[in-house]
Amino acid sequence: MYDITSIYQARSVDDAISALKSDPEALVIAGGTDVLIKIREGKDAGCRLVSIHELREELEGVALAPNGDVEIGPLTTFRGCTFSDVIRATVPVLGEAADMAGGPQLRAAGTLGGNLCNGITSADTASTQMAFGAILRVRGPEGEREISINDWYRGVGKVALAHDELLVKIVIPKSHYEGWSGHYIKYAMRSAMDIATLGVSCLVKLSADKTVVEDLRLAFGVAGPVPFRCLETEKAMTGLPIGEAVKQIGASALKEIHPRDSWRASKAFRIQLARELSGRALAEAARKGGAQI
Amino acid sequence: MSMEILSCTVNGRPVEVGIDPRESLADTLRERLGLTSVKKGCEVGECGACTVLVDGEAIDSCIYLSVWAQGKKILTVEGLQDESGELSPIQKAFVEEAAIQCGFCTPGIIMSAVEIVGSGKQYTREELRKLISGHLCRCTGYQNILNAVERAVNEAHKFVGK
Repeated sequence: MYDITSIYQARSVDDAISALKSDPEALVIAGGTDVLIKIREGKDAGCRLVSIHELREELEGVALAPNGDVEIGPLTTFRGCTFSDVIRATVPVLGEAADMAGGPQLRAAGTLGGNLCNGITSADTASTQMAFGAILRVRGPEGEREISINDWYRGVGKVALAHDELLVKIVIPKSHYEGWSGHYIKYAMRSAMDIATLGVSCLVKLSADKTVVEDLRLAFGVAGPVPFRCLETEKAMTGLPIGEAVKQIGASALKEIHPRDSWRASKAFRIQLARELSGRALAEAARKGGAQI
Repeated sequence: MSMEILSCTVNGRPVEVGIDPRESLADTLRERLGLTSVKKGCEVGECGACTVLVDGEAIDSCIYLSVWAQGKKILTVEGLQDESGELSPIQKAFVEEAAIQCGFCTPGIIMSAVEIVGSGKQYTREELRKLISGHLCRCTGYQNILNAVERAVNEAHKFVGK
């Protein structure tokens, strides 16, 4: 039995928003894999919940919009993301990243929206969505607005979502994924059921002859308080031959990241991981894009 | 909190049961329906001992609220035996391969195996390792469990092949 004061099961997104508006203390629960744990460990004990778990019709599933944008319902589970034909055809690296969270049962319950809304730096799908520059559509009592994922994170566990707003769509515009290939590396102590010690997602756009980095995206998880992109490194790698970029990217990324000591790993170890894994992620992303390296 | 009625299908039978909205599906199945194959291990979704199938997908029932099960199909190990009480081929594979020591993790892993075998696909050993990675077993070292899951998959495939 969980220590919960009340649970309101929302009948629609708008119903959930009005329930949140009328209760400034209520917490949203979606997949439950995060919220229920926090209740059990006492952090959110005695809370009042607004459950959106059953709003699948409105909020679950991945679709390809007529203009080619990938539209992901935030209640889509990690599993649903990994096995989506649309994801596999357009942004396969996101499906691969989703397949590294927790274990199979968690991936069947945890959601992509939850992975972003809890504002956690170790979220396995966050760095890749950051690299893609996902657009987050949120709805509140006044209607909908769009926020770039680059403006989403406001601090540990804090995101640009008002109390009475819900994330209703994650959009990856066609222009952000077309011509790009990507690779995500999660480093953890165990190969399943573990939280990332460090995560790095690298996207690359190659020249026509597949030898030069035409454009690049590099985003980290657990290399700072929130997931974030290395904008300077992205610029610095542009125009370099792939082999050269693979050599330089790690050292460049180190100037931008701020990992810290935690009980999971030391700062020194995270720095070593970031340096080494950036190059590996870029090399693999380039290989997926057709480069011979 | 006031009681609610949960209507769902459990092991093929329609069930109506009074629940407290605060309880997990693991609580409801164990305490109200007597389905004690569903084990409570870590209760935070890490060990997999409470794994059941909800609409065919293996989930950790300890972190699944019972109110969410409304109208859904739940399967536990109790639902695997045939009418004469015979063990299912998957359960037999676990017996044959001695994939059980203390037995606490076994029902959960069997439910994941039900989903794996039911997919109708064949898997490499490495893929199977990943598919059962949401279960912790402190006794066996996993080798016999993998042997059992592999055997169950192969046998089902043979049967389908015929």
